Order: sequence, then structure tokens, then C-alpha cells
Amino acid sequence: MTSVRVIEEGPDQGDVPTRRITVTVNGHRSVVECEPRLLLSHLLRQGLRLTGTHLGCDTTNCGACTVLVDDRPIKSCTMLAVQADGRAVTTVEGLATPSGLHPLQEGFKEEHGLQCGFCTSGMLMAAKALLAENPDPTEDEVRWALSGNLCRCTGYQNIVKSVLWAAARLRNEPEA
Amino acid sequence: MYPTRFRYEAPRSLDEAIGLLHDGGEDAKVLAGGQSLVPLLKLRFASPTVLVDLNTVPGLDHHDVDESGNLHVGALCRHGDLERSALLKSTQPVMAAAARLVADPLVRSRGTLVGSLCHADPQGDWASVVLALGGSVVAAGPGGLRSIPVRDFVHGPFQNALAHDEIVVEAVIPAPRGIPGGGYLKLERRVGDFATVGVAVAVERDGDTVTCAGIALTGVGAATIEAADAAQALVGGPLTGDVIEHAAGLAAQAARPQGDHRGSADFKRHMVRVFVRRILERAA
Repeated sequence: MTSVRVIEEGPDQGDVPTRRITVTVNGHRSVVECEPRLLLSHLLRQGLRLTGTHLGCDTTNCGACTVLVDDRPIKSCTMLAVQADGRAVTTVEGLATPSGLHPLQEGFKEEHGLQCGFCTSGMLMAAKALLAENPDPTEDEVRWALSGNLCRCTGYQNIVKSVLWAAARLRNEPEA
Repeated sequence: MYPTRFRYEAPRSLDEAIGLLHDGGEDAKVLAGGQSLVPLLKLRFASPTVLVDLNTVPGLDHHDVDESGNLHVGALCRHGDLERSALLKSTQPVMAAAARLVADPLVRSRGTLVGSLCHADPQGDWASVVLALGGSVVAAGPGGLRSIPVRDFVHGPFQNALAHDEIVVEAVIPAPRGIPGGGYLKLERRVGDFATVGVAVAVERDGDTVTCAGIALTGVGAATIEAADAAQALVGGPLTGDVIEHAAGLAAQAARPQGDHRGSADFKRHMVRVFVRRILERAA
């Protein structure tokens, strides 16, 4: 009897088409080859090993995967990686500097803005976009800007306080 | 979850995009903001063989007013652009009211008005707004451009009037002939949920007299509903309490809601009446 060992099986996929793209993530330029169906969130987490961006619902509801693309806050689970070609992406890993935390991160620490922490990176990025556009937001404006980000610990009160804390800090220290 | 495999095309011109759609046949899809299409791809409710990304086509992200006062909204103009638009606030108050209620801020960074019209979701906000304002879309295809009133463009749930090789390049909202007023109100369980009920009311006035009106309803039928009788009841006089109540009743009659987890049919119909009345009382 001849022995047979199956190494790999599945439907014939032919040649899987890939695309070469150039993405600048947190100031670091990467050239990657990926399938067009790869989501930006997967490129960041699995391709570039930047796991600070979280995948919560994976259905465009929760905002945990929020990153900035050309400074605009978007849900990275709802954008193809190939669409980030030539663009600048900022993730939570891009907030802190070697000299310390970003004022938003300080704010979340000072005001107890995180509980389980799962939504935090998305909250931080949505808040960063808000403060870039409106350095002195009202509480209502903070709530409005974060309304696409869900916190299942329901810690919204302290998250809003954290963002207001950071806004005040950033206004006093424009170089921060 | 990953979409099924597809070929991705990033055309550099509109002609190239149309050519790709033409060659791609029925299984080619246009990708603009992607805030409806990408979730559908991920759920595998849609599995096109070719995706033609409009984002690399220049000249589609505009929203501006022409010399006649008509508003043009390009296929890549995002909800967020409209939400922040001073032009919209000063010229189209109904659209300005709606822009900040579409989905959530993150979706508004990517999603587009034109995409929302093309997607033709009965729970989409823009179709009602543009319908109430008497707007149209401009479709580009191999044979050139054609204008389609939104009334004829949205055929039914998730169905539009485009041929497979046509692309909507912009929506056009006609210039108000009088003083524009009205608004858009939406009931939603939470930010970003689909509308339980949405109501768009547009009026144009010469002094106190309503010269033109449009009312359209979101989420209370198999497609966006135009409440033409209710709108007609507003025209020809001032917005008195009686006129408002009458129009609100007619709009509620035009609704075809179904009861679901968002509320009973009676509740939704009632909310149509409340919203029409509320918008008009604020405008009066």
C-alpha cells in the first residue's frame, strides 16, 4: 500500500492578486504587498504588528478600531488597506513620544478615563481629531465627537472628563 | 471577517472608471466612502468580482453653488464635509440639519451623500432630504451624462436606476426660489443606529406664503416615501396651526411602517406626525 500524506488542500485559487502600497504609519513609511480585501485594521494589527488598534465589533458600530487617515478619524475595520496607499495613518502608538505620554493619555490617567481599556485607543484617536479641530470644546461637543465610539464599561463620564482635561493642558502648552 | 476575493481597480479618471465598470459587467461595483459597501462585503452579502475605487479619481469631492444657485455635491464629498460646511448652513438649512445626524462622526469622515443615494437604503437619511428638496443626480456612462430626478432614481429598497456601467458623479439640489426653511428630524435608539423614523420637510416662502414644499420619510416603508399630498397642503398660504396639523396628518397617512424591534407601526406613524409638526412649528 502506498502511503499518502496531504500537506495542504482547498479549492484552486489560481494566482491571488496582490497590490503593492506605500503607507506612512506614525511617521514610519512601509511598503507592503497585500490582497485588496485586506482591511486597514488587519494591516495595522497583523501586518505591521501595531496591536494598539483594537477590533471590537468588526461591523462598523463600535469605533474601537478608530485611527486617523490624513488626520481624519475613521473606522479602520471599514476601509481597505489598499485605500491607504500614499496616505498618512496615525494610530494610538503614534501618540506618546520618548519623553512622555500625550496629554490625552495623561488625561485618561488623571481622570480615570479607562476601565477595561478596550475602547480606549479608539477614544483617544477620536478625541485627538476633535482637539485638532476644536481646541476648546464644550462637554457637549466632546460627547458629540465621541458619539461613534462605544464603551461597554459605560465609562463615558470619565472619558469626557479626560478629554476636557487634555484640552485644557494642550491649550496651556501649545508645544505639547 | 474578510470579504471574498475581488480585483481592485484604482482608476485615475472618470472615463477609466466607466470603462472598468463596462468591462466588469454586472459583478463590478463602485467603491466611494465604503461605509455601506465594506460592511456588506465583510458579511458577504455582496461579493463583486471587481471593485472600482472612485477615491483615486480627481475632481469629485466638491460641494459648491453655481451661478443659478443650484447646489452641486460631488460623489466624493463626505458627510463630514457637509456637516462642517458654512455654505450649506447659509443656503440649504434642511441639508445642514441632516448632515450632522447621518450615522456617527467616524462614518461621516468617509461616507458620502451620493453613495447614500445610490445605496438606496430605505433607512438612509439623504434620499429623504434630497427628495424633499426636489434634487436629482447626474450619472456618467459610456454614452455621456444624464440627469435623473431622485424621485425616479430610487426604485425601491437597495435599488437605483443606474445601468451597470454608470456612475453618479454628483447630486444637484435646485436653488431655492423663496426663503428656504424646514429641517430634518430623526429618531434613533442610539447614535449610528438606523433611523426608526426620519422626516425631511422643506418649504420655500415669499413673505409668509409658502410657495413650494416637499416632505419625505425615512424608515417607514420599503423605500423612501415622498408625502406629496402633505407637502401640497402647505402651499399657497402661511404656516398656520391648522395647516400644519393637516399636513402632519397627511404625512402620517403616507407612511407605511412595519412594527419591529425599534417600535410598533402605530408608534412610527405617530412619530411621523410629531416630526412634521415639530419641524413646521419651528419654521413658522
